[in-house]
Amino acid sequence: MRARPRLKNPILRTRQPLTPPMPRSRTALGLTAQAAEGRFSLQRCESCGQVQYPPADSCRACLSEELPWTPMSGRGELLAHTTLHHSNDPFYRERLPWRLGLTRLEEGPVVVAHLHRDCPPPPAAVGVTAKLDKAGRGVLVALPADELGDMSTDPRHGEFSCDPEHRKVLVTDGKSRVGQALVRELAAAGAAVIWVGQAEPWKKFAGQDAVEKLPQVTVVPLDLTDERGVKRIGAEIGGRVDILINNAEVHRTQGIADSGGAEMARREMEVNYLGLLRLAQAFGPAMRARGADGGASATAWVNVLSVYALSNYPPQGTYSASKAAALSLSQCLRAEMQDAGIRVVNVFPGPIDEEWNQPLPPPKLAPERLARDIVRGLRDGVEDLFPGDVAREWLARWKDNPKVLERELALESRTA
Amino acid sequence: MSRKSYEGVALAAPVTVPYRRYSTRDAHWWIARALAALLKDTGLKKDAIDGLGISSFTLGPDTAVGLTQHLGMSLRWLDHVPMGGASGVVCLRRAARAVQAGDAEIVACIAGDTNHVDTFRRTLSTFSRFAQDAVYPYGSGGPNASFAFITDWWMRQYGVAREDFGKLCVAQRRNAMDNPHALLRKPLDLEDYLGARVIAEPLHLFDCVMPCAGADGYLVMTAERAEALGLESVRVLGAIERHNAFPDDPVQIRGGWALDRDELWAQAGVGPRDMDFFQAYDDYPVITLMQIEELGFCPSGEGAAFVREHEFAYDGDCPLNTCGGQLSMGQAGAAGGFLGLVEALRQLLGRPLGKQVAGATHGAVSGFGMINYDRGLCSAAAVLARS
Ligand SMILES: [Zn+2]
Repeated sequence: MRARPRLKNPILRTRQPLTPPMPRSRTALGLTAQAAEGRFSLQRCESCGQVQYPPADSCRACLSEELPWTPMSGRGELLAHTTLHHSNDPFYRERLPWRLGLTRLEEGPVVVAHLHRDCPPPPAAVGVTAKLDKAGRGVLVALPADELGDMSTDPRHGEFSCDPEHRKVLVTDGKSRVGQALVRELAAAGAAVIWVGQAEPWKKFAGQDAVEKLPQVTVVPLDLTDERGVKRIGAEIGGRVDILINNAEVHRTQGIADSGGAEMARREMEVNYLGLLRLAQAFGPAMRARGADGGASATAWVNVLSVYALSNYPPQGTYSASKAAALSLSQCLRAEMQDAGIRVVNVFPGPIDEEWNQPLPPPKLAPERLARDIVRGLRDGVEDLFPGDVAREWLARWKDNPKVLERELALESRTA
Repeated sequence: MSRKSYEGVALAAPVTVPYRRYSTRDAHWWIARALAALLKDTGLKKDAIDGLGISSFTLGPDTAVGLTQHLGMSLRWLDHVPMGGASGVVCLRRAARAVQAGDAEIVACIAGDTNHVDTFRRTLSTFSRFAQDAVYPYGSGGPNASFAFITDWWMRQYGVAREDFGKLCVAQRRNAMDNPHALLRKPLDLEDYLGARVIAEPLHLFDCVMPCAGADGYLVMTAERAEALGLESVRVLGAIERHNAFPDDPVQIRGGWALDRDELWAQAGVGPRDMDFFQAYDDYPVITLMQIEELGFCPSGEGAAFVREHEFAYDGDCPLNTCGGQLSMGQAGAAGGFLGLVEALRQLLGRPLGKQVAGATHGAVSGFGMINYDRGLCSAAAVLARS
């Protein structure tokens, strides 16, 4: 349970967003890359098995340079603890007192970690996990051994998570099954306000009545192809949005040969790519300004992309291209949001069980499952989310060898 | 093979450029003032110095090399010793061997650092790659956080009470009260110590050194040269250093002294009981206690009992950090690693900053430095005697 944030006195100055220290060595950013997908991994020597921390460029036992990031058990023993009442960094100065623990992991290394307030004093068993901090950098967090994963019980650790509870959320498209599943999931997660975008306000979408029955919900006109309209709604609610979930998309199943001109591809780009750009310009500045607004701050921006953004799926070639463009733009957005401490979450679902994917064989991702994974991802504070078996398999194949995946997908499109 | 002795090496001319809480000068200025003080103290001309050993955190972008132009020195021996709290003794070891080998005739060893208003924070955030990657992002407490862990562990493991640390801090403050250079000279009693505000539990205000600007220096030459120059000098009976000792201890319970102290005392031909004073590296009192145990003043794990049985002011039975140590002088960056050594020379030469330890002929100096990740990596010690 996240404590309900106190309302800010509107007369008080909104504080400048601050983040914890960002610099890391290139090697140490490996921890961030792992935490971005929700994993706690450390370097483990391929030659001798030594697990080491802090990250280094060679094994401290045998000097091997093969040090793959390997998942840890998360079990550890708290050896010593302290509570800082003084800090040299402005971000932490605003958050004192701050508790830290020195913990020996079951795998051997001793780590400095943020220590949850409910951890008993040492010696004590603790659970250690890796999270992204407000600077988007991977950090280690020690929690009571029996509640691994629930950050929300320590208000100081709330910023490792983007929990929608008590927050105000915009879902950019309410018409799709995914959008409606998201609205239901957010309401169940305790979101305080849910704005739901409607591209064609003159006609009710299927399911609109059910959505509007939820007391948190307000349907707002929002057509991502209409620049002035996006700006208008941004000016109206942008200063209140804590979490923006952009799920609006145009989805056609066509490659190049069967598309017969650029018109359909242009419509995909208008929403999937330029729509994201328009949203970012209309809502980004106001959200950035509220990045450090205490417990009621703007916290996350979610883009529902597609696993086809990683590598083109030829039967949906133009759609893949528009999602790849959106992925690239969202990396720009992430860089621009980083100083404000706002997390940009990219979601890479495999094929969703909806009409455009009708020709695809199962498994397909149920919209409810996707919505559940997105809300859990926000709670867990991850940055890249691959919901469903297909997406996870694509990711593994892509990481293993993107060129091989390209050839496999070209072949799949012939047999499809 | 046994170590070659330091026989024939003389240490002379301990100088301290009076510390300041903040300085608008660069480290270069502080080091130059220390060199000028060395020359003034000995009547030597600058050209007589043919070797230079330097330690500094804030000299960047320069190293000792750049200083040769700043100071207008042509040298045949030059060393840069980036070992923080161990740099005083380590510089001594390097310079002594250079002098014995004939690589240099007179080596000036100097540590100096400035302290602008933002210097300390910037030094911390880029102190080491491990600190940047795995310590500073966690609350940015700097050394307070690292020593809080070590202190927390020691207190539980060895039954050390805050009163024990307090006794050391109060005795050092007593020593500082007669030292006009000490930045902290206000009387301190145990009640003040115990009641001070918390900085990083279990550390409170008087457990933590105060960063400042300052410089210290001394000269190393042969005994014959010192005599020819009419300089009073101090002999080196033994000296050790060790880096990254006991890497598998989960928490720092030891420095490197435990590995080398038997050799140190054997080389010196004296023992801990023969020491008239002990200048320990005192950035936090837990480290002082660690050095007391590991250099053999008491058995390992019995530091608290030792503290309870002895008195540590200049007139006590176990004079410790007789100028007040860093806890009362201030921590002038790398000069903090020189302070104990120059104070030891002063006591043995009969020219202390504060009170003289009566009849002091032998003393021990210890250095400790560089919290690279979770522990100090460098440890060093020397045993000195009046010539
Ligand atoms: Zn190895």
